[in-house]
Amino acid sequence: MVRYAMRRILWGVLMLLVVSAVTFVIFYLLPSGDPAAIRAGRYATPARIAQVRHQLGLDRPIYYQFWLYMKGLVFHFNFGTSFKTNLPVRDTLFARLPVTFSVAIGAVIIWMLIGIPVGVISAIKSRSWLDRATMGASLVAISAPVYWLGLIALFLFAKDIGVIHLFGGANSYVPFTQDPAGWFSSLILPWFVLAAAFTAFYARMVRGNLIETMSEDYIRTARAKGLSERRVIFRHGLRAALTPVVTMAGLDIGALLGGAVLTETVFNIPGIGRLAYDSITGSDLPMIQGTVLFGAFFIITANLIVDILYAFLDPRVRY
Amino acid sequence: MSPLLEIRDLYVHFKTRDGVVRAVEGARLSIERGRTLGVVGESGSGKSVTALTVMGLTRFRNSTITGEIDFDGIDLVTLPDKQMRSVRGRRIAMIFQDPLSSLHPLFKIGWQIVEAIQAHEDISKEAARARTIEALREVGIPSPEKRIDSYPHELSGGMRQRVMIAMALVLKPDVLIADEPTTALDVTVQAQILDLIRRLKDEYQTAIVMITHDLGVIAELADEVAVMYAGRVMERTSRETLFTVPELPYTWGLMRSIPRLDAPRPRRLDSISGLPPSLIHLPSGCPFHPRCPYVMDICVATEPELKESQPGHLVACHLAPKDRQQIGRDLQTRYRS
Repeated sequence: MVRYAMRRILWGVLMLLVVSAVTFVIFYLLPSGDPAAIRAGRYATPARIAQVRHQLGLDRPIYYQFWLYMKGLVFHFNFGTSFKTNLPVRDTLFARLPVTFSVAIGAVIIWMLIGIPVGVISAIKSRSWLDRATMGASLVAISAPVYWLGLIALFLFAKDIGVIHLFGGANSYVPFTQDPAGWFSSLILPWFVLAAAFTAFYARMVRGNLIETMSEDYIRTARAKGLSERRVIFRHGLRAALTPVVTMAGLDIGALLGGAVLTETVFNIPGIGRLAYDSITGSDLPMIQGTVLFGAFFIITANLIVDILYAFLDPRVRY
Repeated sequence: MSPLLEIRDLYVHFKTRDGVVRAVEGARLSIERGRTLGVVGESGSGKSVTALTVMGLTRFRNSTITGEIDFDGIDLVTLPDKQMRSVRGRRIAMIFQDPLSSLHPLFKIGWQIVEAIQAHEDISKEAARARTIEALREVGIPSPEKRIDSYPHELSGGMRQRVMIAMALVLKPDVLIADEPTTALDVTVQAQILDLIRRLKDEYQTAIVMITHDLGVIAELADEVAVMYAGRVMERTSRETLFTVPELPYTWGLMRSIPRLDAPRPRRLDSISGLPPSLIHLPSGCPFHPRCPYVMDICVATEPELKESQPGHLVACHLAPKDRQQIGRDLQTRYRS
């Protein structure tokens, strides 16, 4: 197990290296604003732009830039300095992390608390009108894009522009440590908007898993033992049906910690997702690198944790 | 002695999108305490559905069950779910074909047996565990106090089936239904499991319903035999009679299709021509007539009733009893010599 984990961690580090290399290459291959020109200002002379380019080190070969970047990252845990704000990328990222964490945690709780029970009920009452209705609704929720759903939510419930003035709207985020009530109010809408598709997806997954599990031979055995149907479903059925859900949840949470780009952008929440969006539009290479690496780190870590967790959830799995 | 379990005119139908599946059509069976009833038939002959219906495990939204299942004075067809649950597992237990898929893969075997005990008895976990160890020892599992904490995948196929048997017998049921318990096992292990079932039957006086498509298992274990085809019981008799004077063309077909070491080789293995009938569109008259080498006009027109041919020998066939006995006896003497 330890050997397996060590091997996986090494692979993860290698993966992060590849990810940053790919980000570098993509940044230079794809058309994007010239960072030097953007930073030099609107009416800069070509000489000024060249000077800025030299300052940022952008006039050096890509591989050398990459080498410098990696050197700083590996030896000093230094993510570089933002082209736009001149602040260290690392500090900006860590300052934004609690925000993204706030967005993610609420959404996760909502989709787990709603998605799993809905899926279970749908499976138990499969093919009933209730099942059909919830599964139909879930299709809508999965298909609805976050930016559309987010705008609708703001239009209906936001304190400033909403039809009903209920919750904090866009731009209203305050840190939990400053104002817990305000924090909560500002995040309610983003939580639900972000959780909508996940809730629907999890409900469908739980339903499918449980229906499949309930046709297994060992469920027949459980019934043949004379157990109550409730125990058969909740003990024997759910135990098997929820194992893959744990895997999914781990991966989804990992992905969300890298920033919920759309949600954070629609609601203007200053998290990592918003940061990623802003740095891409601003051609801020070090910041893009930082957000991508953060996202990759969380996904890789979540994968590792899920795989290790699985050995505990399913005794048949051995590393 | 009145039978412990008697099935009279049992019909089990399932409504499906393609039509009504007539899985069991008027089956009649009975079994006494301490005896073994072998139920033989091909896939889809209704033997498993009959067994599951006895357990109350075919009560689906799309099923209709009529007839009587008289178990020790209780009618299991009309018994409410809640009472059915206290019969199931405690008084009638069942083991299944594939012991790997029949045990929950994520729970320890001991936990699964303890759960079965605690479902029916108000007993402490420790006491249930002690009984579980005892039951595992009883079915021949070495060092049961260690094995009790194994997961199913850590055991061999034979051991798993022993676990299933321990789980079924730990509450000392009156009836054990074994649905092809040896089909998924190696031949050597098969013999061990059959020995075990026989020994436990003698010890506990459990009535056993042995469902199988393997006439070898019947020859090993059964006291009485019922041959099922298309949801009907077509022949019912003692094991001795079945293997000396079988009277049903379908049974003859089954007997002929057993490979024999002493037969001259190369020789094509006999088989019953055609396929088992669709249970949605059953043939008219006798359901076996499209595959029967002795088919007559009457077989197409009317279904034969299950009638006594000799004392204790029931057969559903239009052939004259004399002819049937002649053919059956010839067949068996030919194969025995």
